Amino acid sequence: MSGPTATGAASAIEDPILAAFAEEVGSAGPVCVAGGRTQWEVGGPPVAGTRVLAAPRGVVMHQPDEMIVRVRTGTPVAELSEVLAATGQMVPLDPPAPERATVGGVLSVGRSGWRRLRYGPVRDALLEARFVSSEGHLVKAGGPVVKNVTGFDLCRLLVGSLGTLGLLAEVVLRCTPRPRRSQWFRGVGADPFAVATRLYRSSCLLWDGTDTWVLLEGEPVDVDAQAASVLGSAFAEVAHPPAAPGPGRVSVAPSQLHRLAGSSTGFLAEIGVGVVHAHDPGAIAASLDLAWPPRPTDDVAALDRAVKTRFDPSGRLNPGRVP
Amino acid sequence: MTLQTEPRRGPRSPDALVEALGAALAPDRVRADPVELALYGRDASMIEGCAGIVCFPLTTAEVAAAVRISRAHGRAIVPRGSGTGLAGGAVPVGEEPPVVVVTTKMDRILDVDAPNRVAWVQPGVLNLDLSREVARHGLHFAPDPSSQQSCSIGGNLANNSGGPHCLLYGVTTSHILAVEVVLPDGSVVVLGGLDPEPAGLDLRGAFVGSEGTMGIATRIAVRLTPLPPAIATMLADFPSVEDAAAAVSGIISAGIVPAALEMMDAEITAAVEAFVHAGFPTDAAAILLIEVDGLPGGVAAAATAVAGIATSHHARTVRTAADPAERALLWKGRKAAFGAIARIAPNYYLHDAVVPRAKLVMVLGEIYRIAARHELTMGNVFHAGDGNLHPLIVFDKRHPGVMERVTQAGKEILEVCVAAGGMLTGEHGVGLEKRDYMHLVFSEQDLRAQAWLRDSFDPGGWCNPAKVLPGGARCGDLRSVPPGAWV
Repeated sequence: MSGPTATGAASAIEDPILAAFAEEVGSAGPVCVAGGRTQWEVGGPPVAGTRVLAAPRGVVMHQPDEMIVRVRTGTPVAELSEVLAATGQMVPLDPPAPERATVGGVLSVGRSGWRRLRYGPVRDALLEARFVSSEGHLVKAGGPVVKNVTGFDLCRLLVGSLGTLGLLAEVVLRCTPRPRRSQWFRGVGADPFAVATRLYRSSCLLWDGTDTWVLLEGEPVDVDAQAASVLGSAFAEVAHPPAAPGPGRVSVAPSQLHRLAGSSTGFLAEIGVGVVHAHDPGAIAASLDLAWPPRPTDDVAALDRAVKTRFDPSGRLNPGRVP
Repeated sequence: MTLQTEPRRGPRSPDALVEALGAALAPDRVRADPVELALYGRDASMIEGCAGIVCFPLTTAEVAAAVRISRAHGRAIVPRGSGTGLAGGAVPVGEEPPVVVVTTKMDRILDVDAPNRVAWVQPGVLNLDLSREVARHGLHFAPDPSSQQSCSIGGNLANNSGGPHCLLYGVTTSHILAVEVVLPDGSVVVLGGLDPEPAGLDLRGAFVGSEGTMGIATRIAVRLTPLPPAIATMLADFPSVEDAAAAVSGIISAGIVPAALEMMDAEITAAVEAFVHAGFPTDAAAILLIEVDGLPGGVAAAATAVAGIATSHHARTVRTAADPAERALLWKGRKAAFGAIARIAPNYYLHDAVVPRAKLVMVLGEIYRIAARHELTMGNVFHAGDGNLHPLIVFDKRHPGVMERVTQAGKEILEVCVAAGGMLTGEHGVGLEKRDYMHLVFSEQDLRAQAWLRDSFDPGGWCNPAKVLPGGARCGDLRSVPPGAWV
């Protein structure tokens, strides 16, 4: 028996709004996309003379019963959140300044929000990406279903790539139900590591070297029970988490966070995750014997360059930026 | 590291290759006798390939040596775990039969860091063995394919495997933190890291699910997940498949994400009940196995809601497992489905498409009509909660003409799923089986971009050639799938 032959090919993306964006990107000359510029400095600014575009905007389709949403990447996160909230859903991206930060910006930068401990990294929310390639073509990666291994995982490759491999135009994101109750607690002088091992599926655990903050989410009865049995009287309800001491950010293996005890540099560490927010990230990194600024090892950097060379041979996408 | 394309050298004698591999590994871990070559010429699919030599490394250094030596002798490499794949991903194909690098002897759990919920494992560690080992810390490895007693973590990583509980916990890629890889040029690199945001591109994410086409995983850092404090496992039986499917949509629409939400139709239920005696109602048209887990309050609320939704969609009974033993029995029934089906007919062909949940009723109806039109016996046992269908065609391949009907039905099933907005595979992978159907869901531009990624890792096409991308998407790939590929 002979092998199969495919009947007909999937057609290229024909959405006129996306097509217009692809046309704008074109196939020559340095180009980048600006969202809300809330994380504009990450990876270095694009070189002078780079054309700056805006990605298309708008929530295209929210399907609550599929728990997916199709959204253009220029849409502010707050606008997306408002649409999803109408049916009790959310995409827990949680960027700072959600009214300005765009979906495309958050994905391209790839930094997770406060609730990563429970909801996972940003990349786990991305199901399908439609992006403009360096050649100016609209390309689709992934698909609009919650479980899919059809082809290589370009979606994860694009998250955090700072728009250096392709420019995101439209995405399908996984939604999740909003918790019925969401409550922050503060424990003055509490040991965050002891609390961490005893809590089940907490949403966030923060530690500044002295105090510990915990975000519990879920059924009210469970939040109350965990607060009583695990947090105890050492913790009290508070309205908000503390502000991060600065925009700096260090990526640390969670097992190393305890070494920050007694640090003379201000920090706010995400326990169990390993993101450390700091005014002086270099000092934090030095105190943990980490290189600053962080760089991939030479062999990984060579692979990064091999990928970049194939996706963007002329180096026109976000020139000057390095993920 | 070399990333240039290099011309393949002419084949040397297999004896010289066996000798060189034997010197680098150990003579008894390099095999070329006909029985072994036939065994490793296939996986759990029905596709037959041809292994040149089979080797069983124990260490990263041995894997790297096997890759370098194979290349020097002009042979491609096919990584292989337990061989449970259903899409032909581990089937060696090519004019010069490839060297199959089997990781089953790399089966050590290297380190368990329970407080930080991380373990380093070798790729040959079996999925269930890892969960059993870390259970004493109150942890488990969340991806749980039905083959979890025999599939390896390396294979899970290569295929980005799923399983019933991935509905809540996410598929394998969400549970892989870092991976040490022997690249197709024989060099060794670590992708990802134990820290949350490693510098550079997410090559870890790109590597997971690459089906052995970008290198061989030799050490894997996996995320371990706490065992839930409370679990409710429910069995609901329905008078029609449509009612069961509507209940699935009802549960998801109500904002409930069960840990697992599985459907079995009457054909499967009857086979399973005869096999494991789990007390499944054999007169039901469809049953749902629904599990909710988490903290007690949320579990109780969700279980009550689920029972109400099932009843409102005409469930005749909703039975909740009274204890862990009963829960284990219900799951045994679900996971033994494929073994049970083997009692009906000697051969089965298991599909793996994924469709939007809201299209389940329509697609299932179409699938039953396709089977009837081709006079095939078919059952459905699948991950309903995430729309991951597993139509299972049972047949006896000795019957003349049956293979053609099985093939044609499979093609029509895929087309129906794609037309409904679905994708080709939810968890089994593309392998050889579906590579020539990639055009159904991806344009030429889409496939080119995927080829860019693969070429970045393996410009010479040495590692698991001819898999995933259709012929023509890359230079030097096979132009057509070998006979038997779509059966």
